[in-house]
Amino acid sequence: MKVTPFLFKGGNTLAKQLHIFIAFFRSGLLGFGGGPTTIPLVHKEVVKTYEWMTDEEFSDVISIGNTLPGPIATKMAGYIGFRVGGWLGLINALVATVLPTVILLILLLGSLKQFSESDFVNGMTNGVIPIVAVMMGVLTWDFIKKSKASLGIKLASIIFIVSFIAIIVLNIHPGFVIAALLIIALALPVKGGNIS
Amino acid sequence: MTYFHLFLAFFFPNILAYGGGPAAIPLIEHEVVQKYGWMTKTEFSELFALANSLPGPIATKMAGYIGFEVAGVLGSIVALFATVAPSLALMLLLLNLLYKHRHSVRVKRLSSYVLPAIAILMLSLTFDFAKTSYELNNLIPTILLLAASYFALEKFKIHPAFVILAGLLIGGLFL
Repeated sequence: MKVTPFLFKGGNTLAKQLHIFIAFFRSGLLGFGGGPTTIPLVHKEVVKTYEWMTDEEFSDVISIGNTLPGPIATKMAGYIGFRVGGWLGLINALVATVLPTVILLILLLGSLKQFSESDFVNGMTNGVIPIVAVMMGVLTWDFIKKSKASLGIKLASIIFIVSFIAIIVLNIHPGFVIAALLIIALALPVKGGNIS
Repeated sequence: MTYFHLFLAFFFPNILAYGGGPAAIPLIEHEVVQKYGWMTKTEFSELFALANSLPGPIATKMAGYIGFEVAGVLGSIVALFATVAPSLALMLLLLNLLYKHRHSVRVKRLSSYVLPAIAILMLSLTFDFAKTSYELNNLIPTILLLAASYFALEKFKIHPAFVILAGLLIGGLFL
């Protein structure tokens, strides 16, 4: 199993770039609920439709992507685009993933804003906020479940409570709290000392 | 200066947030609403609602839009660059190293230790949104809308775009 860039170096044909664009455009436009939900769609394009990677390689990309911060969809698109079509492929895949929905959002919110003086549009905003609260609540629950699954209930609760005290009660900037957790994760000794 | 601030406002949330783009939302809110004051909490929640009901990655949609609102097309590009480039560069640079150490306990802990803190940030934003709704719509409509959208989204699995559309309509007519 190799995860080496430049695997397809030299093959920058127009058709390949077009395929990269189509693969990420489709998975970006069909995936609702944020980047992580587009993973299966990208998988279908990359492994099944275009056969750029094996199943195993793809899951390695995802698991490595998950050990790094930031949006997963663009890490995936950038890396796979790079592997398949070099630097042009990287930019191509990113543009296909990001741009269509950004433009859609700017147009949609821009046109809503034109009517922002009307009572109806003001009321519309009020009607959306409770829904947003529920959506955020659902996301919160997802992350609580993820914490429990990867840390176990005891450790997850400890970090949860400590973060609560630090961020909410003591009002420490969340960036510092996360940075501290990252340092602890790296510095804490490993039981048995088996570091890969 | 605005471009530099835009860069920072999206660089830090995305380089700190583990768990994909959604994890960065509360951190972005911290920068955009509380630190730089580019948007009000209400505007931010509106943006989140619409971004969440459109397809595609959420962090980049929000970055692209906020960048555009603050400083036009170039602002949009700066915000998107700050969102996408750092983590992608890390991925390309560290790929072989991370692949070699992918079973290392420390590498795994990096992503998992941060999750409960992200959950706290999301929880706090959830309460913020609920509180804003209470301030704008009073208690009874807020509770009714919270319950209705919970059942619509989670129990009946109605597509978020339709739930948002219904919310916009109800809001426009009654609130």
